[in-house]
Amino acid sequence: MSTLVLLLATGLGLGGLYFLVASGLSLIYGLMGVLNFAHGSFLTLGAFVGLAAGNAVGAGTWGGLLLGLAVGALTGAAAAAATELGLIRPLYQRHIEQVLVTVGLSLATVALFEGIWGPNPRPVTRTAWLGSTTEVLGARVPNTAFLNVLAAAAVLCGIVAFLRYTRYGLIIRAGVENRAMVTALGIDVRRAFTLVFAVGGAAAGLGGVLATQSLNYVSPHLGASLLIFAFIVTVIGGMGSLTGAAVASVVVAVLQQLANFYLDNTGDLIVVLLLALVLLVRPSGLMGRPA
Amino acid sequence: MSHVRTRLLTLGLPAAGLLVLLACLPLLAIPLPGVLPGYTYEPGSLQLLALCFLTAALALSYHLLFGLAGLMSFGHALYFAAGIYGLAIVLDRTDVPLLPAAALVLVGGIALAFVVGAVSLRVAGISFAMVTLAFAQAGNVLVRRDQGDLTGGEEGLALATDGVPDALVGVVNTRHLYWLALAVLVAVHLVVLWIERSRAGHMAAAVRENEVRVRIIGGRPYLTKLVVFVLAASLATVVGMAYLLLQSGASPTTSTADFTLTLLVMVVLGGVGSRWGAVVGAVLYTLLDQRLGELAHSAAVAGLPAVLRVPLSEPMFLLGTCFVLVVLFLPGGLAGAAERLAARRGRVPGKVAA
Repeated sequence: MSTLVLLLATGLGLGGLYFLVASGLSLIYGLMGVLNFAHGSFLTLGAFVGLAAGNAVGAGTWGGLLLGLAVGALTGAAAAAATELGLIRPLYQRHIEQVLVTVGLSLATVALFEGIWGPNPRPVTRTAWLGSTTEVLGARVPNTAFLNVLAAAAVLCGIVAFLRYTRYGLIIRAGVENRAMVTALGIDVRRAFTLVFAVGGAAAGLGGVLATQSLNYVSPHLGASLLIFAFIVTVIGGMGSLTGAAVASVVVAVLQQLANFYLDNTGDLIVVLLLALVLLVRPSGLMGRPA
Repeated sequence: MSHVRTRLLTLGLPAAGLLVLLACLPLLAIPLPGVLPGYTYEPGSLQLLALCFLTAALALSYHLLFGLAGLMSFGHALYFAAGIYGLAIVLDRTDVPLLPAAALVLVGGIALAFVVGAVSLRVAGISFAMVTLAFAQAGNVLVRRDQGDLTGGEEGLALATDGVPDALVGVVNTRHLYWLALAVLVAVHLVVLWIERSRAGHMAAAVRENEVRVRIIGGRPYLTKLVVFVLAASLATVVGMAYLLLQSGASPTTSTADFTLTLLVMVVLGGVGSRWGAVVGAVLYTLLDQRLGELAHSAAVAGLPAVLRVPLSEPMFLLGTCFVLVVLFLPGGLAGAAERLAARRGRVPGKVAA
């Protein structure tokens, strides 16, 4: 029983991380049709810069962590907005080329990060509370899981509120629904594109700093390893659907944890099988619109 | 008849000449400073050239998917790795000689491609790319996890040479491996050419341009795409087996998503849709990848300030940046640029401005 609770809790924590990456991917794809391969780089950059800022205030203190999270999110947002303005916008509406540019960017930036920070993982200093566990129903759950779930829930609520109650949110929702019509009504959708990239980048940067706290290391390949599962989550949830991404993050992460424990470390394979199954039954994903 | 003869003369002869020259390289002593590590007959140079040929053959198989059928797969490395690891495992675990073992692995590769293709082709476009990526990732996980001591995990697997003919083993015989690689490249090129000119190839090109229209005139896009997918994957499996012999070992990096991405980079650098573009892109990429690594460790770079030294010492950063620039400013890649140049030269002077 306690093992099951532990697996569910760590699965939820991991799901929170997946969601932070997948939410941006899903929003960007939904609005612009761009598959953003550089999303992992936003995450890695956010993690490195956020940690550096946190360490400047004090490694292993709450103030340092909060500052690190804020700086990580801002860095991710800035990098994403710059990418959209400099690389994606010139290739407006040419989806294949846009994907290729993000692929090139991800290859180049990972190499650059390796050059700057070295190819090997570096340990990070956590606050004492984050390094320890809390007993829930007899299971010793790592405290990072709570932080991840909290952050993911906050980001989910934030993005939903933003989409529902602000003017830009309205434009983005309308753009996902029918971009041509929004443009025809005289609204500049391109500003919404930059905004969506920035929001997705911020979530990824936040996820980057949180991932270093959960994994207890930071490396140039942090983004790439999370990005693959975020892709899977996005497809399973339905491309462009935020709630789909949230549900799929939890399902994928919990399933992964359970399979890793009960089925001889086969979590990654089970997840791919789940993806194949979902595609066979519902090619548009759990909550995607039928194509 | 006569236009066929002219075509043969204009295209066939230079290609045949180049082929003869390449086949004779192991017997010649030509220094190519900056490109090759030594004279052309030296094992180091032959190894590098053979690597270029095999990479070019692999890029050609990817061109079949991406250039011809318009299928952007992020999981092509899976079939390449299936060839490498499949043959390595069969040779390691059984006493089957090389050729039957290769046939066995090819059948396995085709079966794998058929199953994965049948599932992933249920979705199109970006989703297809992601699904192929996920399957390739599963393959990568299997290889790295080393279930049942089969794949050697992160360290890879050395080639068990018992079943391999002696002429293909050892540094002394690098020239034989070079000829093998050249033969693989020529064979793959001919197969790709044949597929492109066949009815299936024309159908695949039609599906790339307008799938709905193909369905309306009674074609079956799903089946066409599946055929091209399986063909491209089997070619990759064949190239993988030759790669195993050349490198005399299997390494898990060949199964990563990044490896497929580099294939994509090569094809786009050379020019999407162009066979020669894929070959030139692959050769250029492989040479740059090797040579930029040398540049990174040279004294000239080490003396630079950190702002310049760090980017210059990462070959992948330079290649990735080049790639982004080509996508942004050179649509059609090298082949497209060459075509525009030829078109400009062919025209009467004075018409260029118009």
